[in-house]
Amino acid sequence: MKPEDKQDYLEEYEVFKKKGKPFFPYAVLKDSTMALIVVAVIIAMSLILGAEQGPKADPTSTTYVPRPEWYFFFLFEVLRVIKPPELVPIATVGIPTICMVLLLMLPFYDRGPERRPERRPIALIAGILTILAMGYLTYAGAVAGSPTQIDLKVAPQYEAGKEVVAGSGCLACHKIGENGNNGPGPELTHIASRIPRAAILRSVEIGPGIMPSFRELPPKKLNELADFLSSLN
Amino acid sequence: MPKLRVPKIPDSVVPAPLRKPAKPGQGGNGKGQAPQDLKTSPPERETHVQRLGNQAKEAPVDILAWVDQRTGASGFLTGMLYRKVPKGTNWFYTLGSATLFAFIVQAVTGVFLAMFYTPSATQAYASISHINNDVPLGQFVHGMHKWGASVMVILVFVHMGRTFFFGAYKYPRELNWVIGVVLLILTMTMAFTGYLLPFDQRSYWASIVGININGTGPVVGPYLSDFLRAGPELGATTLARFYAIHMLLVPGAIIALIGAHLYLVMKLGTTAPPWMKMDKPKVAASVAQLDAGVEGNGNGRVNGAGRSNGVHVDGDSAT
Ligand code: HEC
Ligand code: HEM
Repeated sequence: MKPEDKQDYLEEYEVFKKKGKPFFPYAVLKDSTMALIVVAVIIAMSLILGAEQGPKADPTSTTYVPRPEWYFFFLFEVLRVIKPPELVPIATVGIPTICMVLLLMLPFYDRGPERRPERRPIALIAGILTILAMGYLTYAGAVAGSPTQIDLKVAPQYEAGKEVVAGSGCLACHKIGENGNNGPGPELTHIASRIPRAAILRSVEIGPGIMPSFRELPPKKLNELADFLSSLN
Repeated sequence: MPKLRVPKIPDSVVPAPLRKPAKPGQGGNGKGQAPQDLKTSPPERETHVQRLGNQAKEAPVDILAWVDQRTGASGFLTGMLYRKVPKGTNWFYTLGSATLFAFIVQAVTGVFLAMFYTPSATQAYASISHINNDVPLGQFVHGMHKWGASVMVILVFVHMGRTFFFGAYKYPRELNWVIGVVLLILTMTMAFTGYLLPFDQRSYWASIVGININGTGPVVGPYLSDFLRAGPELGATTLARFYAIHMLLVPGAIIALIGAHLYLVMKLGTTAPPWMKMDKPKVAASVAQLDAGVEGNGNGRVNGAGRSNGVHVDGDSAT
């Protein structure tokens, strides 16, 4: 904004302000009406939706839904889109950091005097695209379930391991056959053709990248799990 | 939204120091000034009883006047209450205060939850069960806090969207936008750290993934995740750390920044809707009007400087 534009703005603003109404009671009344609506909505949500507890946190049993609260779905979904491990830092930290810096610096690179959105096409389009993208990612996160079933025909000795994998939330991040989400973790349908049993076990115990570590699982379950996964080739 | 008709508030219900100050030249009609009898000296030979009686009568007013004399608060309050909001201010402008209100709900319900919550890995879960099942209205307050978080997150984003599309981040409100973005980050930090506190399976495993996500960051990532986890495994120390962040560190920062945010809102005023600009000729006309003293009782000058060509018509700069 050029100095004249600034001066223009301040003078024009002064006029709008002169012609305006006092904050009290006009704006105060609108604000309080809105405040009442906000409290009413929160109370209604509390009464209708309650605050149920899930089962107690337990590192040794993982019948959980490893899902963030809905307002972080969009971040989690970015990880499904960008999967290769070497790119993961870009998705987890790079993109959000860039977005925050762009947001923070907005007033310093968008310095034009125009304020009407329809006369700021770039800002308008960027804003709408951001809303659509976040809306879509949140929606995708909301409908991505955490299945607890694996429809695969396996030899009887691997049935137990299949149940462990199905019941441990692995499918939230891995795809096995037709089941589970394709990301952020790699597909495990043919995991045994890629890495040996020991490496599978190590992955599960360490929890590479964003994957949680499962080393607290009882050894028997870990063995069954590794047996099952190393049969997938 | 319907237009609100605001009834005029009778002066008698507004405490004297908060009354709208009289316009200059309109004379002291009692408005906005300490009651007349405060200023006149008491009659000379007053009995003790009379004096006590008089003092008692003045007491309620006196307290306000007393505080006011020492703080100058009434000037600030009248300035705040009667400052003008620009023409065209509409319901979109309530989103900021709605966010503030959602934050207040979180603070109040949070205090009550803190009275019963134990931030220890062994007892956290049981203390939440206790709140839900035994404490009167416990589940209700817990539910308000839980869903209030979602409402606040939504409101912060919608308020940010409003200021974005209205171009309210432009000169001279750049700093307020920057403070706003920090408030957005802090609000999301509250949401993240609060999610672990119930210590159920969902919150436990989701927090592990969340911490691991931080850990993948370049350079600082591993340090950040070590700091959050406070140990090799997510456990008691992690919970204590999240609790301290959620209860002390971030709320303190949010309160301070909301203070700065609102200070700037008051100092700079809120924007007029951007479309108000469209009738520039009218604006020019009204400047002329103001200068001619039609509306403003002679003191309605723009910036008090008596310029008649302050606003350019059709982009032509006059003189
Ligand atoms: C939060 C999401 C998540 C969950 C839950 C999860 N994983 Fe992973 N997993 C990942 C990611 C991401 C990777 C890749 C990490 C990397 O290489 O940086 C991975 C990698 C692996 C690997 C190594 C794959 C390879 O090709 O090297 C195995 C094996 C594995 N996971 C098994 C499991 C099992 C078994 C479970 C359930 C007990 C599970 N995962 C649960 C996200 C997850
Ligand atoms: C805790 C969160 C926040 C609170 C309590 C809050 C509160 C407020 C209030 C009460 C106003 C007065 C005008 C209005 O309501 O629109 C305001 C204005 C403003 N806010 Fe916020 N805000 C918050 C977050 C944000 C965020 C995240 C941003 C943007 C990144 C932001 C940017 C602004 C700007 C630019 C203004 C000036 C608007 C104008 O003059 O029209 N605020 N805020």
